[in-house]
Amino acid sequence: MIRELVIQASYLAASVLLILGLRSLTHPDSARRGMHLAALGMLIAVVGTLLHREIVDYRWILAGLALGSLIGYPMGMWVPMTAMPQRIAISHMFGALAATLVGVAEFVNRGSGAGVVHAQMAALGFEVLFGSLTVTGSLMAFLKLQEILPGVPITFRGQNVISLLLFAGGLGLLGWLVVDPAQPAAFHLMLAVGLAFGVSLVLPIGGADMPVVISLLNSYAGLASAATGFAIGNNVLIIAGALDGASGFILSVIMSKAMNRSFGNVLFGAFGTPQAATTKGAEGLAVRAITPEDAAVQLAYARKVIVVPGYGMAVSQAQHQLRELAGLIEKNGGEVVYAIHPVAGRMPGHMNVLLAEADVPYDRLREMEDVNPEFASADVVLVIGANDVVNPAAKHDRQSPIYGMPILEVEQAKNVLVLKRSMNPGFAGIENELFYMPQTSMLFGDAKQSLQKLIAEVKLA
Amino acid sequence: MSTTALIQSLYVFVLAGFVGFLVITRVPALLHTPLMSATNAISAISLVGSLVAAGSHESRTATLLGFIAVTSATINAVGGFLITDRMLKMFRRGPKAAPGKAEPEK
Repeated sequence: MIRELVIQASYLAASVLLILGLRSLTHPDSARRGMHLAALGMLIAVVGTLLHREIVDYRWILAGLALGSLIGYPMGMWVPMTAMPQRIAISHMFGALAATLVGVAEFVNRGSGAGVVHAQMAALGFEVLFGSLTVTGSLMAFLKLQEILPGVPITFRGQNVISLLLFAGGLGLLGWLVVDPAQPAAFHLMLAVGLAFGVSLVLPIGGADMPVVISLLNSYAGLASAATGFAIGNNVLIIAGALDGASGFILSVIMSKAMNRSFGNVLFGAFGTPQAATTKGAEGLAVRAITPEDAAVQLAYARKVIVVPGYGMAVSQAQHQLRELAGLIEKNGGEVVYAIHPVAGRMPGHMNVLLAEADVPYDRLREMEDVNPEFASADVVLVIGANDVVNPAAKHDRQSPIYGMPILEVEQAKNVLVLKRSMNPGFAGIENELFYMPQTSMLFGDAKQSLQKLIAEVKLA
Repeated sequence: MSTTALIQSLYVFVLAGFVGFLVITRVPALLHTPLMSATNAISAISLVGSLVAAGSHESRTATLLGFIAVTSATINAVGGFLITDRMLKMFRRGPKAAPGKAEPEK
């Protein structure tokens, strides 16, 4: 009895500490301490669980804890910030894998479903179905972000039909199991269907849509954990799972709003397939290329510079050079702020983390709504590897695939300097008319090398 | 699991979901990546289920599945909290932030 009380008290303490931890993330100054509280909560919950009466053998537990720590430590300490999107994707997989396997073990332990009542089967089934699709979906997202698989949408004829059939089949099997839980074959088939659905769901999704997908997978992993809590009657699991689920869901809503697209469109649209790029071409228009010398003169004497970073900056890992250039402009008396579009990069907050890594103070990072009125008063806007998020077609061209997406209104600035690898169109295959505007100059080349040239020239200017 | 237990669990789930919604809508876009890695770390709470599965002698299969689950969850717990802390350590305020230019409270 006392043992049970201690265990429950540890779970209650853990729940409170986890909520306090997340709450601390509302401000960067309190965030670190709060997360230490959350980690303490996790430790308390683990110690409480180890007192559990059903645990009779600690060997496998210790082995798992040791092996997990051994793998987890390098994943926490050594993974570079530029690899953060794939790092997050793979840990969605681990989280979902743990939840799924707990569900399968519970099913096996109860006589392969014979001792499972209907309500519990609903929870177990939900856990295994959502868990398994998150496992493979996250793995696909990881492989795409790590560029083991191509980042472009992988599509084939009838793909959406197959995905929907798999999903319907999974739900059908779940319904069958709830009615009749003692069906191990149906249970295993549902597991397989979930795994297959995860693959077919994420394969057709392109790189630029990854922020939505990663957030959705975050939400699914949380919901699978919450279902585990339902299945084994554990409140701390339900609470933590609900928090994760809410977080992932809110992030995916924010991300899809920032792209002016619905979930359905992201998941089943396969946006970015070649035939989708049917906007007006750029024949007869010419871009103005600029030398690093001339660009440096603009920057060296600017009073106010707004930097718009995009995925191109992340790819060329140019954040440190950018910070150095900003330092030079500030030394000359200019002001530098950074305009961050919500879906810039491959995951929510991607640019913020990279810039923070390069020691850019967070009070220089501006969100889209706050910075948009400032573009008109900026002397120079420096666009580094961003494309669709600064395309004015989103505002006025109804034919454009990105029409309606909120953008950074860079076109209002007096001078726009675009650092870009080549004139290849961006992810969506859309021409960007910003590049052809009279106030725009293009500096072609790798972002990092271009910035290094600019730094050298600004030092001379 | 009885129907009462299910309903009680639903209460906990719905209320926790509300708390999550209220807390997380206040997290600024600045910290969205640390938020994701933090929720990843928190998802390792499935340890409370996997430890029991790995340690109770119900069946060999359950022990093996439990062992893999403990390993995966521990990877997330250890790696998730470490990387979140590493990230949060990097977020610094500027040295000469003008007092009037503090970010607007929402």
